[in-house]
Amino acid sequence: MTAHSPIDTSTLAPAAKVTGLKVALGGTEILHGVGLTCAPGEVVAVMGGNGSGKSTLIRAMVGAIPSTSGTIQMFNEAPTRKTMARVGYVPQRVSAASGVSATAREVVMSGLLGGGRLRAPRDARQRAEQTLTDMGIGELAGRDVTRLSGGQQQRVLIARALVRNPELLILDEPMAGVDVPSQDALAHALTGRKDAGTAIIIVLHELGSLAPLIDTAIVLSQGCVTHVGEPPHEFGVHALPGHDHVHPHYDPHESEPGITWEVAP
Amino acid sequence: MSLLTDPLVQRMLIVAVLVGLAAPIVGTYLVQRRMALLGDGIGHVALAGVAAGWLVGSWADFAERDALAIPGAIVFAVAAAAIVERMRSHGTTGADVVMAIMFYGGIAAGVLLISAAGGTNANLLGYLFGSISTVGWPDVWITATLAMVILVIGLGLRQALFAVTNDQEFAFSIGLPVRVLNMIVAVLAAVTITVAMRVVGVLLVSALMILPVAIAQLVTRSFAHTMWLAMGIGAVLCLTGVGITLSHDLQPGALIVVLGVAVFLLISIINTVTRQRHQGQLGRVDADR
Repeated sequence: MTAHSPIDTSTLAPAAKVTGLKVALGGTEILHGVGLTCAPGEVVAVMGGNGSGKSTLIRAMVGAIPSTSGTIQMFNEAPTRKTMARVGYVPQRVSAASGVSATAREVVMSGLLGGGRLRAPRDARQRAEQTLTDMGIGELAGRDVTRLSGGQQQRVLIARALVRNPELLILDEPMAGVDVPSQDALAHALTGRKDAGTAIIIVLHELGSLAPLIDTAIVLSQGCVTHVGEPPHEFGVHALPGHDHVHPHYDPHESEPGITWEVAP
Repeated sequence: MSLLTDPLVQRMLIVAVLVGLAAPIVGTYLVQRRMALLGDGIGHVALAGVAAGWLVGSWADFAERDALAIPGAIVFAVAAAAIVERMRSHGTTGADVVMAIMFYGGIAAGVLLISAAGGTNANLLGYLFGSISTVGWPDVWITATLAMVILVIGLGLRQALFAVTNDQEFAFSIGLPVRVLNMIVAVLAAVTITVAMRVVGVLLVSALMILPVAIAQLVTRSFAHTMWLAMGIGAVLCLTGVGITLSHDLQPGALIVVLGVAVFLLISIINTVTRQRHQGQLGRVDADR
């Protein structure tokens, strides 16, 4: 599935590679050996119903929660502060805001920290404003983020990841509760990044307007990979809560846990 | 203005300004993290530290029995803050109950230890409600040093501490030293409490950290502005409170807090009234685009 991509992803070293990942939260194993690979310029969708473990996978990858076994590699090495400087992460938007108001500009500027840097660079303000403009909300830079709409807040969080100019972009349900203009702005931004060779891993509940972008879909069910390959058709219906069954055309051999999935070129 | 040449008045005003400036810095991070009540609890534990220092001082037969009170408070407050932060970051179940036990235990142990050390109720009241009218030059130096620590670290690391308190998961993802920064906030909170204890006492210490932030938030929308304005408000409140007590026989700590609450209520009411008028004229301006 490289039809959408001007870059031949098969020959490039993966930007992210996860093998046999197991994660336990509060004594319960949530992921039972999950693998994932994403090459530069490739868009991998991580899909599955509620509680399938897709957010847990993402959060373990960015180091927010520890894994019990398996390996996570970014740019062919174990994640360090240095490699994480090349990653942009968009966490699930949490409706509960922080206690002190902050402007969209301040939130985006915080994306310029990390990787050994505790203070934003000199041109941080301009870069933050430019990225907000790219996301179509430049005029909201000075506004309190908690007063923005859900879609606008989501665009701020995406700008915070994009301002880092990441080589690997990881997004957790960026389309959840987002208005149509924001969905379009997101799809536009992701297309630009993909064409520029950014590896993109995106957790989705349904394919929606991002469907044309996606090269590979990985479907999780109860902490195991049940499908790797082309995005399943009309996934949205099956991803709804209560429809957590395995799609008939999945290859049963692919549903074993503990196997590393190489993404088909 | 002859009052200002009185060394005691000078000392009181210096301490008031320093504490007023420093306390809201940490307060901003605590409010950001929704841990506004943390200061109260750590203040309680700090009282046990005061008493422990006092007890050691009386065993060692120091001329000034309370010479170790402030060092004791710092040790206890830092330890309590570190324990609370550890439980918070590990998501320990039942952490709230452990904290509650720690906090009540702190104040009860403090009261018992002070009486065991031969202290009086008057000594105890000085720590419970503040004793700015008894500050000596050594106190001023300790306060100034600790306040500088808070100002330098709290302001110097503002962007990183904002990132961590605003979105911890994102902070992890960009490779910020999240645990270290979290611990810095906790330790700074403990230091602030020991510094501010002198002015308003352990029972009201949290108010000096939180009230200026709460007031500033009513009129600002950026994190940086909130912090700067809160520092100004803190300094003005402390100076005004201490200034008034120079000519009126009132308890400075309580006065500062009551002044702060009054300002908060006043601005809240003004805000509500103007917002209602504004909305009446314009309709909703924050509609989704």
